[in-house]
Amino acid sequence: MDLNIIWFLLVGILIIGYAVLDGFDLGVGIIHLFTKDENEKRINLNAIGPVWDGNEVWLLTGGGALFAAFPIVYATVFSGFYLAFMLLLAALIFRAVSFEFRKYSEPKDKKYWDLAFGIGSLVPALLYGVAIGNILRGLPIDVKGAYHGSFLGLLNPYALAVGAVSLVMFVMHGAIYMTLKTDGLLRDKMIRRANTSWIVFVLLYFIATFMTIFSGRWLFESVLGFPIFWILLALLFITIIYIPIGLKTKRFGNTFTASTLIITSMILLVALSLFPKLVPSSLDLGYSLTIYNASSTPRTLETMLIIAIIGVPIVLVYTIWIYRIFRGKVELNKDSY
Amino acid sequence: MDAVLLARIQFAMTIGFHFLFPPLSIGLGWMIFISELFGKKNQNYKAIGYFFGKILGLIFAVGVATGIVMEFQFGTNWSEYSKFVGDIFGAPLAAEGIFAFFLESTFLGLYIFGRKKVSKNVHVFASLMVAIGATISAFWIIVANSWQQTPAGFIVQNNRAELTDFWAAVFNPSTLVRFFHTLDAALISGAFLWAGISAYMILKNKQTEIAKVSLRFAIIFGLIVSLLEVYPFGHEHGRVMARTQPEKFAAIMGLYNSQNAAPMVLFAFPTNMPPDLKAKIEIPGLLSWLALGDVNARLKGINEFPADEIPPLFLTFVSYHNMVVLGMYFILIMALSAYKIRKKTLWENKKLLKVLFWSIPLPLIASQLGWMAAEVGRQPWIVYHLLKTKDAVSVSVGAGEILFSIILFALIYVLLFRVLFVLLKKKVNNGFELLTEEAI
Ligand code: HDD
Ligand code: HEM
Ligand code: HEM
Repeated sequence: MDLNIIWFLLVGILIIGYAVLDGFDLGVGIIHLFTKDENEKRINLNAIGPVWDGNEVWLLTGGGALFAAFPIVYATVFSGFYLAFMLLLAALIFRAVSFEFRKYSEPKDKKYWDLAFGIGSLVPALLYGVAIGNILRGLPIDVKGAYHGSFLGLLNPYALAVGAVSLVMFVMHGAIYMTLKTDGLLRDKMIRRANTSWIVFVLLYFIATFMTIFSGRWLFESVLGFPIFWILLALLFITIIYIPIGLKTKRFGNTFTASTLIITSMILLVALSLFPKLVPSSLDLGYSLTIYNASSTPRTLETMLIIAIIGVPIVLVYTIWIYRIFRGKVELNKDSY
Repeated sequence: MDAVLLARIQFAMTIGFHFLFPPLSIGLGWMIFISELFGKKNQNYKAIGYFFGKILGLIFAVGVATGIVMEFQFGTNWSEYSKFVGDIFGAPLAAEGIFAFFLESTFLGLYIFGRKKVSKNVHVFASLMVAIGATISAFWIIVANSWQQTPAGFIVQNNRAELTDFWAAVFNPSTLVRFFHTLDAALISGAFLWAGISAYMILKNKQTEIAKVSLRFAIIFGLIVSLLEVYPFGHEHGRVMARTQPEKFAAIMGLYNSQNAAPMVLFAFPTNMPPDLKAKIEIPGLLSWLALGDVNARLKGINEFPADEIPPLFLTFVSYHNMVVLGMYFILIMALSAYKIRKKTLWENKKLLKVLFWSIPLPLIASQLGWMAAEVGRQPWIVYHLLKTKDAVSVSVGAGEILFSIILFALIYVLLFRVLFVLLKKKVNNGFELLTEEAI
């Protein structure tokens, strides 16, 4: 395995870490849009209050790692998706301030920050899927690696379908997370939400997969021969089937693990079908950005690997420790949101 | 307007707004840690730490929100720059995420919400981790910035800068001086916010006993860090610059013609073309001595550099000199307050308390001026002597798109600033809360 492949995997792991962890935060935020009762709202906020910022750092580190390991991708995709990116950033800004601002606002102003939290979660959840959809379709990148697309071009039916999948997937993941954080009637409500979103998710997933066959047939060309592809696909199907069972039998921890595995295997499947490309070109597959033509030098990849080997275990240790401190049902007190 | 100018305006606006908050987060972070440490034994310090912890929570949130923009802006607006520096620049940015952002954000959660869930020592430890995390974050981002000021540990190959020596790139000639100078500026900013709020509470007769303890602490802390900022940190920074970026040095010092025994200009009004200083007050030989340790040493003036490689003269001179004036003012005001505390007359000195209150924004202004001197002084280069700013912008982004996002962020930032201001005011007006064991 060479350094470029290792970094392909590591960036993948950061994206998975982000999607799994911030995924449930985003889902809770979207659920928040449909929450009316003040006490329930506070439970939503406090269920993720102590951890959401740490979760979002997975995105920031992923961005930094992409910059360091594959600067050409960082530069091309981010400037190519310019307006979409600005929208994403605006959403993340409002989301980031909504917790503290809501906490100290007058009761009559709290509804604005509820909205900021909700929309600020919904927009990213949708846009991540739209971005992945567009990458799977291929971007108009020329032989020099310059991008030739438009903002509206990003909003094609296929990408929107993938966006809808990611949106609903995060709602489901968030609802399942909330079953771990709530009790009684509120928990029953969360179970119902998880079940509903599961149905919609399954439906949308099949539609999007079906569309993939038309929009990016080449994606399937090489992977069908890999056993790992079939293993991941089996894992995905088993975990999808498990969700309603786990909810019914009230094994919430297991259900959360299952939805974590759904997200993980979906991202791995995308990565596997792209590999070794990072951004396929829709003009000519030969112009695609790959882990070799878009990467930093071996020395930088090596240095970064050392940084990751030292840093990531430390991060994991204290992150797990803090999750353990805050495990269990939400209790509201004076310091809560 | 052309895309390069717009991209520059956008960068200046977003980083300038972001940098209102990190200094406060870093400064408050350390001061809160100290308070929590004292607070293990002293009820007053406990209440002080608790109160400023809430203030930090608010400021930190806006720091995070505005920082997210920065992390991605190199890719969105400066794609050619990102391609050129990616091999070097990405590593500090990623290191900042792994070593710093995780630490500060995770432990801030524990600090704010964990008061009841963990032991006192673990809680104090959490506040220490927040401060350390914010400081490490400053370190790595300043590594990235300093590399762009004084590049080292690389070769230019394949149209980009490629890393040859990681440690040489990290500890490039200006990293350490810039890090300490900026870190100390953050501590000053924290001290003035802390002192100003405490002074306000004394003026408004809110829990005056706690506020006095709080003010005394901020004044002692503030005096020390204000002194350190001028000497050694400011001084050393200037000396390094004289060696590494002579045209910037000449511009900010107002040295337009090479000369022996160059004077230190204390006050002047610069005109841009031809470079000239009006109404100046100067001390002969001082600049040569400060820069090179010899009163008669010869320093290069702007006239010795190619005309298309000198930075804007007016902005650099003015921003630098105002920063220095503010630095002197901070020492003065902190020393005076410390003296009045010794004399036990500060508490009644309404005027001085008011001055302290109104001085809250000044260290932030000094920091903005400092960055302006440093960043505008680097022009026309984005990476010093390697890449020009005009060649660094994103090729696929049009001027209209940038303009749109400038307006978008400007509106958002005005809104955030307003809300933050109102909420801080409300929090301050509620005053300190005494913490009994059951109350929390
Ligand atoms: C000297 C210090 C300093 C400087 C020059 C900058 N920052 Fe900053 N930044 C911090 C010091 C800091 C901090 C103290 O770590 C913050 C500020 C307040 C806070 O809450 O954390 C932060 C927050 C912050 C965040 C959010 C972190 C989180 O979610 O916890 C990001 C992504 C960035 N910054 C990125 C940047 C980038 C890309 C910069 C350069 C262009 C930059 N910052 C300049
Ligand atoms: C936080 C304090 C900072 C402030 C207030 C600041 C201020 C500025 C200003 C005013 C400009 C515009 C200069 C001009 O175009 O004439 C600028 C440009 C720039 N700065 Fe900074 N800066 C800061 C930190 C940083 C850091 C930490 C980095 C890199 C890690 C950085 C990288 C850049 C880049 C890439 C540009 C754009 C190109 C340019 O116009 O030179 N800055 N900054
Ligand atoms: C007499 C006192 C001071 C001196 C001699 C001094 C000197 C300097 C010098 C030489 C620079 C370098 C600019 C560059 O790299 O081009 C600088 C930058 C800066 N200064 Fe100061 N300074 C002083 C006071 C202050 C104060 C009081 C503050 C804030 C509270 C401050 C904040 C900054 C900041 C944030 C920067 C930009 C970052 C950097 O380059 O370090 N300075 N200062």
